[in-house]
Amino acid sequence: MSRGLFEQMKRSIIEGDPVRARELSERSLVEGISPLDSINQGFVPGLNAVGEQFEQGEMFLPDLVLAGEAMKAAGAILEPEIQKAGMARESLGRVVLGTVKGDIHEIGKTLVGTMLAASGFEVLDLGVDVPCERFAEKAKEWKADIVGVSALLTTTMTGQKGVVEALERYGLRPRVKVIVGGAPVTQSWANEIGADGYGKDALATVALAKSLLGK
Amino acid sequence: MQPSLAILEPQLIDRILGEAFTLIWERGVRVEARAAKELLSSSGARVENERVHIPEALARRCIESVPRTFSLYNRVGEPAVNYGENHVQFDPGSSCVQILDAESLEHRMTQAGDLVRIVQVAEMLPQYAAQSTAVVCNEVPKDMGDMYRLFVVLQYSNKPIVTGAFLPHSALAMIEMLEADSGGRAELKAKPRAIFDVCPSPPLHWSEFAAENLVDLARAWVPAEIISVPLAGAASPVTLAGTIVQHAAECISGIAIHQLAQPGAPVVWGGAPAIFDMRSGITPMGAIETCMLNVACAQVAKSLRLPTHGYLLGSDAKIVDAQAGQESGMAAVIGALGGINMISGAGMLDSLACHSPEKLVLDAESIAMAQRLINGIGSQTETLALDMFAKAGEQGDFLKLPETRKLFRQEQYIPTKVIDRSSLHSWEQAGKKDAFARAKERVKELVAAYKRPELATEVDQRLRSIVGEHAEREGAVALPQL
Repeated sequence: MSRGLFEQMKRSIIEGDPVRARELSERSLVEGISPLDSINQGFVPGLNAVGEQFEQGEMFLPDLVLAGEAMKAAGAILEPEIQKAGMARESLGRVVLGTVKGDIHEIGKTLVGTMLAASGFEVLDLGVDVPCERFAEKAKEWKADIVGVSALLTTTMTGQKGVVEALERYGLRPRVKVIVGGAPVTQSWANEIGADGYGKDALATVALAKSLLGK
Repeated sequence: MQPSLAILEPQLIDRILGEAFTLIWERGVRVEARAAKELLSSSGARVENERVHIPEALARRCIESVPRTFSLYNRVGEPAVNYGENHVQFDPGSSCVQILDAESLEHRMTQAGDLVRIVQVAEMLPQYAAQSTAVVCNEVPKDMGDMYRLFVVLQYSNKPIVTGAFLPHSALAMIEMLEADSGGRAELKAKPRAIFDVCPSPPLHWSEFAAENLVDLARAWVPAEIISVPLAGAASPVTLAGTIVQHAAECISGIAIHQLAQPGAPVVWGGAPAIFDMRSGITPMGAIETCMLNVACAQVAKSLRLPTHGYLLGSDAKIVDAQAGQESGMAAVIGALGGINMISGAGMLDSLACHSPEKLVLDAESIAMAQRLINGIGSQTETLALDMFAKAGEQGDFLKLPETRKLFRQEQYIPTKVIDRSSLHSWEQAGKKDAFARAKERVKELVAAYKRPELATEVDQRLRSIVGEHAEREGAVALPQL
């Protein structure tokens, strides 16, 4: 019975269908299926399948984004139930995310946030044009494990260094890890500014975040 | 007849404009600069929070006051770039941050010396009607980057310049430099040497800084070029038609701000519309759809009789290889057939992140051929063939005819040695070089033959003192020795 439903849940993610994902989540609750099982055995395998196919070049960014949206729709129904039942979906960690000051590029950063959240991280997206200090403030306040900093312009890349420095001033380093990303960013830039890693795309960033936290 | 390419049906252009006017009125445009917002609201636009809702009648009035044609002038005051109608001209891509090292094939951060080299190469190639402030000088403080690039180009070129201010307040300092170069404010207004790119942020957003730039440029009568950058599927609708609507709405709202600040000041309907690569998330400049968008956006502007600009010839390749040649050659032809007045982007690789002087010389060949294409096929002789047949005799020896000698240079574009048309034997004898190797040699030849223009002493001093003042403000930084 639940096996068939789990299969449909997986399909709803692969097909990027938030409406269907929500319906299936609601149905699972009516049928008394554990919300944690729905997430772990239904929706997450769908997300993994999308990730694999993206890596192989068979799926594309819109597939990834819509899969993330479908995941979010399922989470909106199931997460409160998980909490009510006193269960907890294992959080992989807390990530504060944003695009640096002076830069208003949103697409890449938001995609990273969607994929991190869909993969089981808790994500606080600060948006774009975020001052260095604010990354540090929020990381402290929210007890973040990772700070992700996006920059799409060579003129704003230096802000990523500023974030690393601000975190140091707040005494959060090296406990809080820093991941940098964006079109002009490279591994050598990440090394140069003392960041812990460079995420070349959304999926690579998820893998990086997991490995930095030993997950 | 100038051969041309139209890719939008007239009815579709009407629908595009109809939806663009609906967007700027119903959805509204985010405008952050107070001066621009006030100009719009006092002329009948409705302001709600940061969104300005622009009525179609107001927008159409502003479009009407845009000059249909205008020119940019070279250092000696001759018109060298003509905007409007179906003029087609090219300039190198701008504001790049890396350069392809022709020996190591590494992409490395650019410095002032790289900008000088690119300007020297572009100066020597007649295919580039204008220079651009092509690459960022990374050793110069960021806050004076815009003006310093213009300073370098003014020092090394006689051609008109496509530039832009991307930092707060740099437009005014740059206008001051251009006034010094032209010999005064009135002189600059009468014969502008440069045009400034101004970029709205997609979708439908004029940042404080971009909107202020439009106002400042209009009031100084320095030409402005609106660079709308919708990315189909990411920062604009996935359909090409939907993206063209957004491009039109961004251009029209920019024109409204600009013309309300100063009716009749020169402004260009331009941009770098592109698709969004769904695999890599980059903006593929070499994609056929990117070419289509540029031509279509220009076609919309032409229906309004406005001057046009596009961004083509940039390649997504990382080195000057077959892909770079294929993408840029195709784009040159399509852009030229589109009758786009100014086509920026030559020389660029890696989706506009990297410049290459070698690619600039290779692109010049594509441009020359594209220009030959739009010169079309005319009738140069009284009879098309009959007289030449009568003269050529039984054997048909056309090579001997005086007409052949007289007309072949008009009829054919004669490529430089970058394009290899030699025999296999000669090619082998010359070292079996590929196009990139030949381009490297040509760059060296051009740089060796280049002569730096002589600036009038007072102009030079004035330019240096403006740059010097800013360097002082940045903490007395040492500027590169040019």
